[in-house]
Amino acid sequence: MRLLLRFDSKTVREPVISRTTLETGALINILRASVGARRGEILIEVEDEKVKEIEGVLEKLGVDVVELAEAVQKDDELCVHCGACVSICPTEAISFNGEKRVVITAEKCVHCGACVKVCPTRALSLPL
Amino acid sequence: MVKTINEINQKIREGNVVVVTAAEMKEIVEELGAERAAKEVDVVTTGTFGAMCSSGAFFNFGHSDPPIKMQRVWMNDVEAYTGIAAVDAYLGAAQLSETAEEYGGSHVIEELVKGREVELKATAYGTDCYPRKEIVTEISLEDVNQAVMLNPRNAYQRYNAATNSSNRLLRTYMGTLLPNFGNVTFAGTGEISPLNNDPEYRTIGVGTRIFLCGAKGYVIGEGTQHAPPYGTLMVKGNLKEMKPEFMRAAYFPGYGATLFVGIGIPIPILDADMARFTAVRNSEIETKIIDFSVARRDRPVVRKVTYEELISGKVEINGEEVRVSPLSSFYMAEKIMEELKRQVERGEFSLTAPVDRIPTKEIFKPMRQREIKVVKSVMVKAHTIPPETPIEEAARLMIDKGLNHLPVVENDVLVGIITSWDIAKAVARNKKGVVREIMTRKVIYTHPDEPVEVAARKMEKNDISALPVVDSRKRVLGIVTSEDLSRLIAR
Ligand code: SF4
Ligand code: SF4
Repeated sequence: MRLLLRFDSKTVREPVISRTTLETGALINILRASVGARRGEILIEVEDEKVKEIEGVLEKLGVDVVELAEAVQKDDELCVHCGACVSICPTEAISFNGEKRVVITAEKCVHCGACVKVCPTRALSLPL
Repeated sequence: MVKTINEINQKIREGNVVVVTAAEMKEIVEELGAERAAKEVDVVTTGTFGAMCSSGAFFNFGHSDPPIKMQRVWMNDVEAYTGIAAVDAYLGAAQLSETAEEYGGSHVIEELVKGREVELKATAYGTDCYPRKEIVTEISLEDVNQAVMLNPRNAYQRYNAATNSSNRLLRTYMGTLLPNFGNVTFAGTGEISPLNNDPEYRTIGVGTRIFLCGAKGYVIGEGTQHAPPYGTLMVKGNLKEMKPEFMRAAYFPGYGATLFVGIGIPIPILDADMARFTAVRNSEIETKIIDFSVARRDRPVVRKVTYEELISGKVEINGEEVRVSPLSSFYMAEKIMEELKRQVERGEFSLTAPVDRIPTKEIFKPMRQREIKVVKSVMVKAHTIPPETPIEEAARLMIDKGLNHLPVVENDVLVGIITSWDIAKAVARNKKGVVREIMTRKVIYTHPDEPVEVAARKMEKNDISALPVVDSRKRVLGIVTSEDLSRLIAR
């Protein structure tokens, strides 16, 4: 399961990830982090069985946690399979299938939003 | 063995015509050879589905009561050109809305084809025969007399691919180009694209009936900028008969509105030569990868490339693998080829002989300009200072000479710049010391032969008001300010 953690100016200074690992013994894989002086966002991947426990600890530490069940969403009514998004994705989550249709591999998506910004038909959106 | 278009049409009427898509034809010719393939196959369907800015539609709205001779007209706040008869107008796909963001003529066309109403607004000066000065109403495709898609330049045979050598992201009509050769984009569908299957333009010419966005359309001549083998077509078709699934309004972020246009052209296999032409492979179709970071007409060529390499999704640039995005939809192009194949097989679409040929030789000339104004003609002498200059001294120099910018130079080479704003900040913080501590090190600069428009855009994008002018060894030759430039560009 992927979790998006949002930090405010207070929690951003705390070593919350390490603390969560210590308390839960869970392995946390950081997929993407953008942390500034006053706020930050970290995308992590954790084992499904540990999700609730980890969420509990993080929320206790004052972090806002969002479960990301889905990858970036593509509206197939709008998408014309032009592929403009394909070379933009940093994790190669977007590719052509055998039918030359553009498809998204959900497991590879790190919710960075880069593809959303380049789509000429506004077919892409982040599920938040 | 020679076939005529009439004989092929006879077969279409009798229901025993043999039609294959351009993709299928490659295999057939490889297996049977051109002679036999020409005997077996009568028609090859080709297709393309790309963003084509040079598209739009003519409308005749009918007369209001009392009548108006439109002087300016808008459809959903997108202005159309009405410098023709009273209620005729041309709406360009790339024209932007005056009120809505990321909305343009292409979106208006799409709404109409989807059966929706749009707002029509017009103003006029009023005449004895057309007294009305203003009108606002709603219209749909059913309400207008004619709605004719007319695209001056479509169906590009091949097109330059794009990349970006600079260190900033570029948003262009070729899509978003990542910094440092981060990606490559290209347009066109290569071996299945209409003109690549008839490179001598024997069967595609003036009057050729085509599939245009789901309707029957016609080639009315070569397109603008036609320059074989970068050939183009001018096409028209009845907007009222078009289907929304074969077109799509688009907006390239940071660039503007455009229209994805679906075109299919059936190619009669008149003889073995036509079979050979339609067997063309992506590996034989060459184009160039161009560096879009140079905002000039003649952009540097990074390398030559074939459509086969582009379509593979990866190309090599300077020894590194770079990922590629097509901007034309191969999925839609195939769908169009299949649809056209079905229509010909069912006898719904017959072939035409061109009434006139389009040129097989033509060059694309640059614009005749009065002069290209370059930075050299506006730059002024720059006062430069060494990095060890005390801040106070720099401040005094600025005040005495009335300067806002001082390039910082060490061993003859530009190493930084300070502005009056940097000085003001330093003073406000009571900071003493030398210029090196407060200067901006990443200086944005220009060259003496850079056009003034390019220099002006650099300042605008980076929100700065002056650029040092340097030579190839980064020695400071002068400085240009936005004030000097705006005076010159406005003139
Ligand atoms: S850029 Fe948009 S329209 Fe093109 S393939 Fe991606 S999602 Fe589809
Ligand atoms: S959101 Fe980012 S990671 Fe996910 S598909 Fe789009 S570009 Fe790729």
